[in-house]
Amino acid sequence: MDWYPLYNSLRIALISSVIVFFTGIFAAYYIAKLHPVVKGILDVVLTLPLVLPPTVVGYFLLVVLGPRRPVGAWVLEVFHTRLVMTWYSGIFAAAVVAFPLMYRTARGAFESFDETLAYSGQTLGLSNTYIFWKIRMPACRQGIMAGAVLAFARALGEYGATSMIAGYTPGKTATISTTVYQLWRTDNDALAFRWVVVNVVISAIVLLIVNLLEKRERASGKSVVHLSGRN
Amino acid sequence: MSLYVDIKKDLGSFVLETKFEADGGVTGILGASGCGKSMTLRCIAGILKPDEGRIELDGRVFFDSEKKINLKPQQRHVGLLFQNYALFPTMTVWQNLMAALLPYEKDKTRAASAIRLVMEKFALDGLEKRKPGQLSGGQQQRVALARIFLSKPQVLLLDEPFSALDDFLKWKLELELAGLLEEFPGSTLFVSHSREEIYRLCDRVCVMEQGSSSPVIPVKQLFEAPVSRAAAVLSGCKNYSRARPAGENRVYASDWGVTLEYQGEAPRDFKYIGVRSHYIYPVLSKEAKGKKNTFCCEIIRVIEDVFSIVIILKPKGAADPEAEAGNRQIRAEMTKDAWREFCRCEKNPGELWIFMESRDIMVLT
Repeated sequence: MDWYPLYNSLRIALISSVIVFFTGIFAAYYIAKLHPVVKGILDVVLTLPLVLPPTVVGYFLLVVLGPRRPVGAWVLEVFHTRLVMTWYSGIFAAAVVAFPLMYRTARGAFESFDETLAYSGQTLGLSNTYIFWKIRMPACRQGIMAGAVLAFARALGEYGATSMIAGYTPGKTATISTTVYQLWRTDNDALAFRWVVVNVVISAIVLLIVNLLEKRERASGKSVVHLSGRN
Repeated sequence: MSLYVDIKKDLGSFVLETKFEADGGVTGILGASGCGKSMTLRCIAGILKPDEGRIELDGRVFFDSEKKINLKPQQRHVGLLFQNYALFPTMTVWQNLMAALLPYEKDKTRAASAIRLVMEKFALDGLEKRKPGQLSGGQQQRVALARIFLSKPQVLLLDEPFSALDDFLKWKLELELAGLLEEFPGSTLFVSHSREEIYRLCDRVCVMEQGSSSPVIPVKQLFEAPVSRAAAVLSGCKNYSRARPAGENRVYASDWGVTLEYQGEAPRDFKYIGVRSHYIYPVLSKEAKGKKNTFCCEIIRVIEDVFSIVIILKPKGAADPEAEAGNRQIRAEMTKDAWREFCRCEKNPGELWIFMESRDIMVLT
């Protein structure tokens, strides 16, 4: 059995989770401070990938990153690199699709944060950076961790947008989900089943971690993280 | 040490408009909940930005809307004790205290000895490894105060420091706090809705109502000689009647239908008189005839309180249909012993003659 799809899936999921972890947190933190109207609009835009069919997300990504499209053409000219149909194309797809989960869970965690803690930090003379990393983040840690795990799970399971932007090339762009489809299509039931088992095991572990985090959160008397990522 | 505050902030539902000056000692801000007390403290600390005005501490300008000055909370060196104490929940007591030293004490050994000193002073020994969630309300308050003292503030702002505690603990902590306040060199602002706390802990008081503040006056004056009805209500007075002049040192209390004598200066354009429940005395009916400031009331209810008897009365002369509903009744309060003694001599449960000393009648605007 060629383990390349597992390796590729994991690296795509990990890299996109790291990207989404930081962008999601900062979006959640700064958007919360904006004017309600702007906040409402941005909120819809940033949450859309959660509800749109992944193929629609894939379409948008191709429109932006394709080699004959502005961004894709520019990168091709300057860096001599294609953004589509490579292994890392999957990162774009996974990041966009997983972003809303991180963003919304982090936002929920920040909203339940007691703002007087930040105020008291300020009156004690602590810098806003210190307050963010040492007071706000630790207090919201469990919600943010749960968001990150969910985002990782979603990135790992990404199929629709990935198949459009990265395609399926064995040993190059193949991920677990595209491999399962390809094997099924070519009547290789037995191997498809093995990959299904691998996928189920990984997903089960991820959900187990989310549940443990939720349990700890509940024990510490804070709000429960919603699996849907919605508030 | 002097703190000058003159600010305005439009909050939609009401306008916060405070102006006062606090010089050393403890200045109380007394007001019902939602009157803008906490908001005033937050403006002084720099957490909230007023629309206009000026805040100054010992010549240092914190905020000036005209000169466009608005110092960050970090630059103001103000110690604000929050109602919920705002201890950092993920840090231990030691780390919480260390956080207060972080902005100015880089030397670890000196920081540690400063913390040990303050832990001893605030009776926190042995708690250094606990998280705030594992502390009692009183311990949390002591940690919060210790943290503020470590940050060396120039002014202390206490926002309802006892509201989160039960009655028994309150007393103990109040005594401790009184001791600490005496040691604090700067000015203190003490915000509370409790007139008793203000009376016991503060030197001067500023009454706030619906977002606006009245001038700072000595605490004793608020309780002995309030000028406005609002101040009298906050000082705990429960009986009011509309009033108009009726000769020298006499008023006609129209809601009660009696003419009463008072002492001292009445404010110009007064509209009300007020009498505290404890200063209303029962009089035996045979002694009541011709006695000044004495009139007959119908007994509506007799309520037995924990340590006293409360009698709800309706003046017999009260016939004015326009009387404010709350003014028609008089509430008299006395010790159980005094009432029992009175009942032994007087047997007429339906009505009661009451007497008020002229010095206890407060003439109010």
